[in-house]
Amino acid sequence: MDLEQTARTEALRTEARTWLREHVPARPLPSLETEEGFAAHREWEALLHSGRWSAVSWPEEYGGRGADLFGWLAFEEEYWAAGAPGRVSQNGVSLLAPTLLAHGTAGQRARVLGPMASGEVIWAQAWSEPEAGSDLAALRSRAVRTEGGWLLSGQKTWSSRAAFADRAFGIFRTDPGAAKPHQGLTYLMFGLRDPGVTVRPIGRLDGKPAFAEIFLDEVFVPDKDVIGEPGQGWRIAMSATGDERGLTLRSPGRFMAAADRLTELWRRAGDPADTALRDRVADAVIGARAYQLFTAASASRFAAGAALGPESSLNKVFWSRYDIALHETALDLLGPEAEVADTPWAEGYVFALAGPIYAGTNEIQRDIIAERLLGLPKGRR
Amino acid sequence: MRFLLTDEQREFGRSLDALLGAADTPAVLRAWAAGDHGPGRALWGRLADAGVFALAVPEAYGGVGPLPVEATVACVELGRHAVPGPLAETLAAGVLLAGAGGPVAEEWLPGIASGTAMVSLTLEGSGPYASDADAADAVFTVTGDELRLAAGPGESSASADPARRLFRPEPGGAPVAKGPAIRAAARAAGDTAALATAALALGCGEELLRATVAYVKQRTQFGVPVGSFQAVKHRLADTLLGLEFARPLLYGAAVELAEGSPGAGAAVAAAKVTAGEAGYAAARTALQLHGAVGYTEELDLAWWLRRARPLRDAWGTPSVCRARVLAG
Repeated sequence: MDLEQTARTEALRTEARTWLREHVPARPLPSLETEEGFAAHREWEALLHSGRWSAVSWPEEYGGRGADLFGWLAFEEEYWAAGAPGRVSQNGVSLLAPTLLAHGTAGQRARVLGPMASGEVIWAQAWSEPEAGSDLAALRSRAVRTEGGWLLSGQKTWSSRAAFADRAFGIFRTDPGAAKPHQGLTYLMFGLRDPGVTVRPIGRLDGKPAFAEIFLDEVFVPDKDVIGEPGQGWRIAMSATGDERGLTLRSPGRFMAAADRLTELWRRAGDPADTALRDRVADAVIGARAYQLFTAASASRFAAGAALGPESSLNKVFWSRYDIALHETALDLLGPEAEVADTPWAEGYVFALAGPIYAGTNEIQRDIIAERLLGLPKGRR
Repeated sequence: MRFLLTDEQREFGRSLDALLGAADTPAVLRAWAAGDHGPGRALWGRLADAGVFALAVPEAYGGVGPLPVEATVACVELGRHAVPGPLAETLAAGVLLAGAGGPVAEEWLPGIASGTAMVSLTLEGSGPYASDADAADAVFTVTGDELRLAAGPGESSASADPARRLFRPEPGGAPVAKGPAIRAAARAAGDTAALATAALALGCGEELLRATVAYVKQRTQFGVPVGSFQAVKHRLADTLLGLEFARPLLYGAAVELAEGSPGAGAAVAAAKVTAGEAGYAAARTALQLHGAVGYTEELDLAWWLRRARPLRDAWGTPSVCRARVLAG
């Protein structure tokens, strides 16, 4: 049992640190949930790509570095410690790309991954619908067979970044007569500016158009943009959300950097007599370390050939709860200044509030933990 | 990086689990609480034969240690089966006396390794109580840079855990070693005791969770197992989450202790507060989900329920641990 990194991982870390020191913008970019900020973050993705840092875990032929999980974790630690911008390409890089690498065709990978890595094409996800949230398999949006492809009709919602993104991916009902709700679904990709697509931005709590509704009226999708076999969409999507919930959605480096900044804030602004607040700062430091080591154990199991299964639900509940607690502590340290909007802590707080809701609500995750890890009986949700 | 137990370490844990699973520890606990330490001493002897106490004692004194990772594996199993006695103290004494060296090390360490010596102790800043000092063959105290052998167990108080007694060692006693090495040894011993207690708390919590999951699967109300209700499932899910995120902190701290890393003290403190709170949360969950029968002495579960909070507080209260984490 050890925590030693290989020479290869350490070399990657050193190279990343040097590059980031030279390239990370001195001032934070405007919020990526605004049009101006989205454009600035897209430019940042292009710069990252020029250094081959936008998708370090992808194979080299697609612009990655073929880094293993430990390399990716080390890169993420450096990335967030350097104060680098949020990743506007996250949906594509961490959700669609693993799906294409596992289930896509060589042609799809060649066509989609390059522009994704450079920020030229930013991807949004199209899963939820007005009547299909936690019960995703209740989705109704349809794809109907037509000459050379499919026609999409229906409505998707809560689509993160869709207000400014270029393309989207999601699952659609292709066989309305299938025996069970999660059968007869197909995974496909479409353009957000294709004929028949209407995107209506939705203001989140702070008014920023962080997500959108997508209305689809007979939108043509060619067969080459179907991922995997028609009818297999649910299985493919679940493998993607498994990745999302697991190791790649929120890396420990992000929280280690945030805990370091919180500790600095406490040393600068904290009242030494306020031990209740001091304890919460300590909990943020401990939680970041716990998450780092929990992930190190998962990555070690993965490297030893084990599949990462329902324990990724533990991971999701942990970081989403942790992220809110950390930001609440920072706001409490800021006192009356906490009310000022658009500061990094205030932005981070609003972002963190969504954590227990998206990527499978924490209630759904707890059901998964109870049923699959503890073996408790299924009951009414 | 390979942040996983080896097959040998896993097998060591499994063999202790099997040994203790067949040892009827509730009967041992009942005897211990009634003042009969015989069955407990016999069980300690078997644990020593399995190599548990040698893990804290250097080879020069008949041990194989210090091996903090293996000691953590062992203490999780000892906590799972609620083994009574001054376990953390005896393991810490191995580290303390090895650091002191000289005649006191020669006299006591071989016995600790072989299981014939049960030891309790207090260190500066660790609180006033030497647990189970009446059962111990020796009680050590450290003040400043001085190590003393207490003249007797001293004044006793009952613990919230009936299978544990608290003693304030008689003041004075025979000085057995002195010097800067004692301060360093006491720090290392304090870390060893805190990590061992954290591992005992994790094991205790895991058993409480296991027993409660089994109970809610078979207990029916409204015609269905109570474990099918979401309020019950979610509470158990949160309990598992707490325990699963404490475990890597324990082994991370053990690796740091083994490497002599400068951050080991803070790592141990982080593990102690997290495992202590997770074990205690498991006890609260177990009590609530067993309902009225959980609030009785009728079930063996009571031995684990009453243990979780003392383990949370011994060798570093949550508040002390959190301060230490920030001190670095």
